[in-house]
Amino acid sequence: MPFKKIISNFKKRFKTLLNYMGGAIILLLETIFWSFIPPFRRRQLFDQMYKIGVNSLPIVFLIAFFTGMVLALQSAYQMQRINAQMYIASLVALSMTRELGPVLTALVVAGRVGAAITAEVGTMKVTEQIDALETLATNPVKYLVVPRFLALIFMLPLLTVYADFVGMLGGYIVGVFKLHIGSNMYMNMTTSPLDLKDLYTGLLKSVIFAVIIAIISCYEGFRTSGGAEGVGRSTTLSVVTSFVLIIAADCLFTALFYFIGR
Amino acid sequence: MIDAINLHKSFSGNKVLKGLNLTIETGVTEVVIGRSGCGKSVLLKNIIGILKPESGQVVIDGQDVTKLSGKDLKALRMQFGMLFQGSALFDSLTVTENVGFNLIEHTDMDKQTILKRVKEALSLVGLYGIEDLMPSELSGGMKKRVGLARAICMHPKIVLYDEPTTGLDPIMADAVNDLIMTLHKKLGVTSIIVTHDMVSAYKIASKIAMLYDGKIIAEGSPDEIKNTTDPVVKQFITGAAKGPITQKENFNRNILTEGA
Repeated sequence: MPFKKIISNFKKRFKTLLNYMGGAIILLLETIFWSFIPPFRRRQLFDQMYKIGVNSLPIVFLIAFFTGMVLALQSAYQMQRINAQMYIASLVALSMTRELGPVLTALVVAGRVGAAITAEVGTMKVTEQIDALETLATNPVKYLVVPRFLALIFMLPLLTVYADFVGMLGGYIVGVFKLHIGSNMYMNMTTSPLDLKDLYTGLLKSVIFAVIIAIISCYEGFRTSGGAEGVGRSTTLSVVTSFVLIIAADCLFTALFYFIGR
Repeated sequence: MIDAINLHKSFSGNKVLKGLNLTIETGVTEVVIGRSGCGKSVLLKNIIGILKPESGQVVIDGQDVTKLSGKDLKALRMQFGMLFQGSALFDSLTVTENVGFNLIEHTDMDKQTILKRVKEALSLVGLYGIEDLMPSELSGGMKKRVGLARAICMHPKIVLYDEPTTGLDPIMADAVNDLIMTLHKKLGVTSIIVTHDMVSAYKIASKIAMLYDGKIIAEGSPDEIKNTTDPVVKQFITGAAKGPITQKENFNRNILTEGA
């Protein structure tokens, strides 16, 4: 019976999904637990912060800068019709801090850093380096996941703030040099509608995104099996899963803040 | 003494160990032979507690490994050294950081003492002046020896070897055999070696056990194994393509294909 087959197939998939979620949540709890257990690996944490944060600066700059410019140009198209160009600055500032800054940065970092983490951990898994860690009486979660997790939680919000400013700079350049809004006027219209709340809701989101990227990319790494092909597969899965979860979490939290904020 | 009692382990429905029993006395060199994929590495990983069996026990000096966790498991692992098939060196760390991993992570020794201990372990495996190299700069044989140095750096009581000679040329393989024997003599450790290299098995073993179909089907001194009358063991040690092992596999395969 095809209907029965559909049901059993659905059950199987649902079970796999539950399994995956359970595994990821257990990894998250273990990571939080081990984050508070000494010894703290400061050197590894700084290494990861450098790799994740500092090395992401150029690409985050490019993405945020262009996005800021595009935002200004696209809104100019609308605003010019109703002769309200000066609101372009506010629009760019608000969209960057509340939405595009956190989300774009998270997506860029998921693609750049998340993929690298999965590939590294996955390779360690298939070459038995994870097993070797255990035989050397070292917990792989403590040794591998905790520094990456903490580094992402520190660096992603910082990168987000940076992206917010770079985005506004992009908007400023278009606004002042192309649309001929006065420089002072532009800056005024950027800062006046901005509330501290706009900034910290964005930052709160970016912390959530950091957790998603760290846990999914490490979890996919640990699940890897089957040599080089397996590493490729789990890296793809890790990036795709992170992307979907980031957007879903963004939707959820934006809705939440919207209803709370009223 | 290491006692594996009635171990069962399966991977996604595929039964690998089916009630395995094996006793290894302290201080002996026990070689476990068997075909690739028959569960030899799984047995080793169960002994050291990386994998947990579905049922059964692994008792090491009165402690049941399958029930240990946290600090006890950590303490137990400090008594072990393990050499992996592909060496499993951490490729982001230097040779010194690899060999001295345990000392760096789990003791408060200062750098000088650690370096001394690392050099000592490396000289035991016949390597000098490679302390600052990365694993990617080493040849396969050197990686194996660095892996071995890492396994013995903490002066373990039990050393596990997962196919120590696989992938090495015959001369290097024999050098590794000699190394295992020297270490055994010098450090007085209990060694468990998993291999399908019979030359190596005859040379280093004080006892050989054959793993087949998830169980130990024969155990004895190298001479006893050499002169066995068991047709399964005989096929394996002589390396014949035809015999009871392959017959059974073909039979199983035929059943599977007919069933599908």
